[in-house]
Amino acid sequence: MAADIRPKRPFRWHIAIFLAPAVLVYTAIMILPLAGTLQLSLFRNIEQHQVFVGLDNFRTLFGDPNWSVNFWNALRNNVWFFIIHMLVQNPIGVMLAALLSSPRLRFAAFYRTAIFVPTILSFVIVGFAWKLILSPLWGVAPHMLDLIGLKSLFTPWLGKEEYALTALSLISVWQFVGIPMMLIYAALLSIPDEVIEAAECDGITGMSQFWKIKLPLILPSIGIISILTFVGNFNAFDLIYTAQGALAGPNYSTDILGTFLYRAFFGFQLQVGDPNMGAAIATMMFLIILGGVCVYLFLVQTRLRRYQF
Amino acid sequence: MSTATRSLPRTIGAHAILLTYTAIALFPVILVIMNSFKSRAGIFGAPLTPPTPKTFDLIGYTTVIGQGDFIHYFQNSLVVTVASLFFVLLFGAMAAFALSEYRFRGNSLMGLYLALGIMIPIRLGTVAILQLMVASGLVNTLTALILVYTAQGLPLAVFILSEFMKQVSDDLKNAGRIDGLSEYTIFFRLVLPLVRPSMATVAVFTMIPIWNDLWFPLILAPSEETKTVTLGAQLFLGQFVTNWNAILAALSLAIMPVLILYVIFSRQLIRGITSGAVK
Repeated sequence: MAADIRPKRPFRWHIAIFLAPAVLVYTAIMILPLAGTLQLSLFRNIEQHQVFVGLDNFRTLFGDPNWSVNFWNALRNNVWFFIIHMLVQNPIGVMLAALLSSPRLRFAAFYRTAIFVPTILSFVIVGFAWKLILSPLWGVAPHMLDLIGLKSLFTPWLGKEEYALTALSLISVWQFVGIPMMLIYAALLSIPDEVIEAAECDGITGMSQFWKIKLPLILPSIGIISILTFVGNFNAFDLIYTAQGALAGPNYSTDILGTFLYRAFFGFQLQVGDPNMGAAIATMMFLIILGGVCVYLFLVQTRLRRYQF
Repeated sequence: MSTATRSLPRTIGAHAILLTYTAIALFPVILVIMNSFKSRAGIFGAPLTPPTPKTFDLIGYTTVIGQGDFIHYFQNSLVVTVASLFFVLLFGAMAAFALSEYRFRGNSLMGLYLALGIMIPIRLGTVAILQLMVASGLVNTLTALILVYTAQGLPLAVFILSEFMKQVSDDLKNAGRIDGLSEYTIFFRLVLPLVRPSMATVAVFTMIPIWNDLWFPLILAPSEETKTVTLGAQLFLGQFVTNWNAILAALSLAIMPVLILYVIFSRQLIRGITSGAVK
């Protein structure tokens, strides 16, 4: 690269002008606030002054039972939220994509479009619509279970501590299954025909073709959807807030890091908002997400780059 | 195509699974829209049947239109989305052009710096963003939202667009240079029109999260004048918990614009995804 920059060449202003708006907005609104938030987590408001307290906020977060119980609860719930997505959303997405990409499937465009519909809806709509459907008041869910003779299975899932989080995770899966489906579908379409034909010549067709030929080839895409799911899940807030409110009821059983951050930052009902503790929680979320991204970049992606055309 | 890849039972099986999942995906949406046109008795008596002349009722819609200032919220959402989209596309395309076209010191570092935002959500900076907006007096203005969404959309836009701009033929650009076109003319007149399809993809990817966002309107612009439709619907739904007609009508009103836009642009969106921009 250095060879291109000869001392004779005048400074190329147009490059700076092309880059400037994006870099300025991005730095001012995204990078600096992010850094500012990390910095705020090291301060505390004492008598109207921001005082540097080192890692005290984190000590409070992990040591003070008022905070740590909620934090670990939110983190645990968030991990469960993520596990459900990985176990349900991504396999379903891969399966749908595999079916959609089968050659000469009729109505493929229709299925694609229809299955992606929930993904474009806002959390507010999704949260409320499902709340209504699962509500025992309306009775749509028990009525439908009755049709297949399973009415006894019905309970108000969103209102029970032991089911609420799983139910919400599944609602989120319902909403976002379109994304892994589309990305995997794109990856499957980009597999060269020669590879598939070679497999057919060797007598590998159908299911075994999928497992032996296609799956290894789409592994990089599966890696990408995993990390996208990870980032999205540990950053989630809207669905829980819409369906269960900021208190993430019943009894905090659906509390995840996003809702916990919101309550800590703005306060809710009896709790007073504390920007510094909010910043500390945001910092923890940042570290968790950064950790996940690093694991992906350095451990997963480097091993997945083997197949390229 | 050889017969090995097609067999009747497998095709039927594929259709059965896809149809089932399509039903699961569409059922809640259809249910909500269908019931929004019914009277209260119809909603509870027969939730699974389409509205009949007996149960047809627009009471929900009249309540919503009478109560919430939805048209105003809608305008706010539209202004925020369109303005952010414009800046994301313009600034994103410019930066992507600089990164993909020129070789300069720090090029890949700059690319990496801009790509950071794809993985790290802007939401984590909220505490400091709010302070920044308070300090600059932008709280409860649409400008605050536009700025935040522009920053939020840029990383992915730059990433996707620079992939596409690398594919624009060098010969074309060099021919332009020989004809004496400035770098700006080359960008605006030659390159931008050629990457228009990928701009549309980026537009859809950028637009959906902005339109649907609840977090930043809730925090940065919760005032009556600046409420977006998502926030307005959220508050409205909270108030009318017991008025099922109004809730279903409000939900339908929130669903329909997005749904119509999606149906119009879905071909573009899907072509964009499957053309390999996001691998």
